[in-house]
Amino acid sequence: MGATLAGWLQILLLVSVLAASYRPLGDLLARTLTDRGHWRVERALYRLGGVDGDADQTWPGYLRSLLAFAAVSVLFLYGFLRLQNHLPLSIGMPPVPADGAFNTAVSFATNTNWQWYSGETTLGHLAQMAGLAVQNFLSAAMGIAVAAALLRGFTRRQTDRVGNFWTDLTRITVRVLLPLAFVFAIVLVAGGAIQNFHGVREITTLSGDTQALTGGPVASQEAIKQLGTNGGGFYAANSAHPFENPTALTNIIEIYLLLVIPVSLPRAFGRLVGDQRQGYAILTVMVLIWAVSVAIVTANEVHGAGSPAGHAAGGMLEGKEQRLGVWASALFAVSTTLTSCGAVNSAHDSFTPGGGGMLIFNMLLGEIAPGGVGSGLYGILVLAVVAVFVAGLMVGRTPEYLGKKLGGREMKFASLYILTTPALVLVGTASAMASRGARAKVLNTGEHGYSEILYAFGSAANNNGSAFAGLAAGGTWYNTALGLAMLFGRFLPIVFVLALAGSLARQRPVPVTAGTLPTHRPQFVGLLVGVVLIIVGLTYFPALSLGPIAEALS
Amino acid sequence: MTRPLPTWIRLHLSSLRMLLLFTALTGLLYPLAVTGAAQALFGHEANGSRIERNGAVVGSSLLGQRFDLRGKSPHQPGERPRPDPRWFQPRPSAGGYDPLASGASNLGPRSGRLLAAIDRRRTDIARFNHVDPATVPADALTAGGSGLDPHISRAYARLQTARVARARGLSKTAVDALVNAHLQSRILGFLGEERVNVVELNAALSRMR
Repeated sequence: MGATLAGWLQILLLVSVLAASYRPLGDLLARTLTDRGHWRVERALYRLGGVDGDADQTWPGYLRSLLAFAAVSVLFLYGFLRLQNHLPLSIGMPPVPADGAFNTAVSFATNTNWQWYSGETTLGHLAQMAGLAVQNFLSAAMGIAVAAALLRGFTRRQTDRVGNFWTDLTRITVRVLLPLAFVFAIVLVAGGAIQNFHGVREITTLSGDTQALTGGPVASQEAIKQLGTNGGGFYAANSAHPFENPTALTNIIEIYLLLVIPVSLPRAFGRLVGDQRQGYAILTVMVLIWAVSVAIVTANEVHGAGSPAGHAAGGMLEGKEQRLGVWASALFAVSTTLTSCGAVNSAHDSFTPGGGGMLIFNMLLGEIAPGGVGSGLYGILVLAVVAVFVAGLMVGRTPEYLGKKLGGREMKFASLYILTTPALVLVGTASAMASRGARAKVLNTGEHGYSEILYAFGSAANNNGSAFAGLAAGGTWYNTALGLAMLFGRFLPIVFVLALAGSLARQRPVPVTAGTLPTHRPQFVGLLVGVVLIIVGLTYFPALSLGPIAEALS
Repeated sequence: MTRPLPTWIRLHLSSLRMLLLFTALTGLLYPLAVTGAAQALFGHEANGSRIERNGAVVGSSLLGQRFDLRGKSPHQPGERPRPDPRWFQPRPSAGGYDPLASGASNLGPRSGRLLAAIDRRRTDIARFNHVDPATVPADALTAGGSGLDPHISRAYARLQTARVARARGLSKTAVDALVNAHLQSRILGFLGEERVNVVELNAALSRMR
């Protein structure tokens, strides 16, 4: 079988398995977010935690609970990393320095999982599993919770209540993430991923050399890292590391895991708003953008377009593993940058100018195709609101989406949402370029060095976490600047989404008339794709033209 | 006597309690349950697919190793270790096959350093194996994503058989047969790439008489 046919079959398999999961997982998510009863373990958690699992919160109340929980999470994780040497299973690792601990605590609590450090030389087993991996569950659940609140804004009428943060957080963790992560962790171990508490063992190799064999609870972390679109690797090499991603089969499973919740959420959306066609329209937009991106990156990598190194070697294999090859690496890279995952199975820095540039563009799109768990759905719904508004302007009619009027208040929140990340990315990149010390941390020279910095801020502000890893992103400057980008890039948009949810929930739905723009037709799909591309294209074109575009043309 | 705490403090205390509960559930119970099940069901894999020889662990079949000449004295600083002709050689590695330094070179697609490295490797490999430089395949000229890639392509394995056979005083046919036995095709026929596991191949080689 030729590489091309094998590559296509790989994509076909992934798409089929995702399609088969769409209904069952989407329905499970919808049931989880609307159930009126509590499970016994959930009731116990509410009682022990001292929270009210039955209260219906206003949007400010929901936001306060969320922010309090996030703040406590960041502080707790910071303390954990600073004190890891006093805790069991630290396997001799010293405390994480202050700026690094801040960066990492923010990184994992915001679902970014940007990593300035190498896991194998920085973190003990307990810090990985009881510090970082806990946030892999909770930050993912938080994203879905915010999406749930926005959906309630669309479905509820004349109320100031948008749901209960604690029940959303708990149910998503207990009913969806934990069982799935457990099953797939075992599947990954069956494929060769490790799961032990061995620490580091020195051995004598076949040729009489020495090698330090690493151990750790890797598979349990790997499963939730992919499923929760977190992306923070146990090891520096992330999913390129054979202990994290041993075979081409575990590789396709890992791609499936990072896509499956974001892809299934439109089904839950359709269920909640009572019209599956709305879910399919959103899903179609996601699939279109993903498919085009896969085509562009794969074509660039297969042909080594614009890469003298690729032509000299006879293939784009620098930074790619032999067992995975070019096709599986491109598929992973696109999927991880179009979600907020950020796990990598190859070195994005060594991709072709067109391929690597597309990966940056994927993140800058705001990660909505299909996006992070929850954040992808609320991200694309905000863009759908903008698309409906644009259409309304064209015909001179008050726009409405899913029966809710989009007035000045709603559009203000949507606009603020859309402006936040570009401001962080562009200001961050410009500040780094203006600082000699920050500029000196790039590995590659010229346009590609600039692209490393643009990638870093694009990744941090959009809560992706992958990198053009040539950038030496440790040190106080980057740890602070990228930490702030992650923090604001996560929570400012959440504030605007919850405010939008509150504003929508208060309304009485307007009846559908002949003048209502249908939001389930191909026309709307095209409109929404157009709005996504135009907003991003106009915002980032100058920034992209200095980096990947210049590199591709030179 | 005790005044109730302000609401915002109570909220943060509840948050902390919830976080501690979730830490127990997802940070301790979950990984321990996975470990228990993994060790019971797939102990070999869970422990790192270790290869043993004479009762001692000599590596993991998932992690590549270096197969360099070992002199009596350690290498001079700056001197590149020389490959041992008796072993099949793995791909270049950004971290020298040290599991404590996993990662890629991250050199860009137009990097001059990468181009120079590819040129140098082509010359070195051609000379080392007595083959035409044009026949050296891409995986032999580039470093992988993890720095621990245990695999090479079929082409790179076949290119090395004559040299290995000569260095070990074995027949080329026997070494060729060994390579063929270790050739792994794409999983299910279409996932990933065809490959040869260098560590397993060399382990088998070391058992040959």
